[in-house]
Amino acid sequence: MAEKMSFEQSLQRLDEIVRHLEKGDLPLSDSLALFEEGTGLLASCSKMLESAEQKVVKLRKGADRQPEELPFEDEA
Amino acid sequence: MERSALSVTELNNYVKNLVDGDELLMDVCVRGELSNYKIYPSGHHYFTLKDAESSLRCVMFKYSAMKLRFRPENGMGVTAFGRVSVYLRDGAYQLSCTALMPEGMGDLQVAFEQMKAKLSAEGLFDQAHKKLLPPFPEKIAIITSSAGAAIHDMIRILGHRWPMTKVILLPVRVQGVEAPAEIAGAIRYANEFQIADLIITGRGGGSLEDLWAFNDERVARAIYASDIPVISAVGHEPDVTISDYVADRRASTPSNAAEIAVPDWHEMQDSLQSYEIRSRQAMEKTLKSLSQRLDALKSKRVLTDPGVYLDNRRMDLDRARDRLLAASERQLAAKRQSFVKLGAALDAMSPLRVLSRGYTVSSDPNGTILKSVKELRPGQELYVRFLDGTADCRVESITEGE
Repeated sequence: MAEKMSFEQSLQRLDEIVRHLEKGDLPLSDSLALFEEGTGLLASCSKMLESAEQKVVKLRKGADRQPEELPFEDEA
Repeated sequence: MERSALSVTELNNYVKNLVDGDELLMDVCVRGELSNYKIYPSGHHYFTLKDAESSLRCVMFKYSAMKLRFRPENGMGVTAFGRVSVYLRDGAYQLSCTALMPEGMGDLQVAFEQMKAKLSAEGLFDQAHKKLLPPFPEKIAIITSSAGAAIHDMIRILGHRWPMTKVILLPVRVQGVEAPAEIAGAIRYANEFQIADLIITGRGGGSLEDLWAFNDERVARAIYASDIPVISAVGHEPDVTISDYVADRRASTPSNAAEIAVPDWHEMQDSLQSYEIRSRQAMEKTLKSLSQRLDALKSKRVLTDPGVYLDNRRMDLDRARDRLLAASERQLAAKRQSFVKLGAALDAMSPLRVLSRGYTVSSDPNGTILKSVKELRPGQELYVRFLDGTADCRVESITEGE
């Protein structure tokens, strides 16, 4: 499930989890489950950060004005 | 002396030729204050230039008026350029104005202030209209020139800070007559096809003229109408354009726009790490407090010495059994006593007890107890019951009364 979440969603969920854990009013089994979920989210966020590769495209108006993506070449 | 009279036209033509032939009057530059400024439907502008003592009629034809970059207003001090010509029909001379420059400031500066005042009055700069930028944009549309340093700076900084964001360049001209329409068109296009969740438009530094497209009303209105949040990034730090005022966010330079647009990868690593630390600490705290509670429970006697508990329960049980026995004993005794009483009462009422004193009971052959001699007839059979047996008898005679 964590795989399908965006970075932003993962981060939001992570924040929620940490706040819950910090409140410390949950049964042990729930705390452990949250902790495990949080660890998973941390791993997937780190992975997203590590593996990200910037995509740059140039847009052109194609047929029927539809946008067409072209590779962006350095024109400098 | 006979003089031949000139016609009015001839005179006016003569003056016109004189005026048209004068080199100074062919290219004059005159300072004054604007009054009676009128724009005709034809597109020609008519006005009077005046100073304290004198006034001069002026006309600015459509093709020159179109090049005005500010809106002339009555009372404005200006320098007018043009040539003096004679209007034959009225015999009047006027200035055919080809350009107007506001006094004190450049015309662009005046135009800028005028546009700013106009759009501000319309509410285009209102804070309430400004949209929040997405904290983690997935796609950024950059509307700028595909050449030039600005786009490369932005791509480099975006890639360095947040490579997860896709960069989509919508190439446009950023200076020249075509630029405003192209920039405004690209902003509308990005909205129409939902190309990105954030737009950056701007260009690198240049002269006021170079940056002028970003002071254009069309660009300002396109930014205002954009549903996608817009960052304006024009020129260097001190350059402020109309786009900057309308945009949801102003960046001082294109590079600054890239910094504003996305979070920083390294800072994010740090905050992920802090989440990790916080969740670990919270978990440790939970476990610690649970183990403290466990310790507290462990120190209770019932857990440290289970025998005590059992002994107590055993004693409780004994006491309960005693109470139960005593209770049942009492109940039994009471029952027994009432039984004895009942037996005695029964005994006292027993006919056998009467018989034992010598009485007998007579009954007819059907077993019906006979209580009166009136129930008897001579010769009748009856049974007489004694304590220890029964005699069959026959009635001989009957005597009533004692």
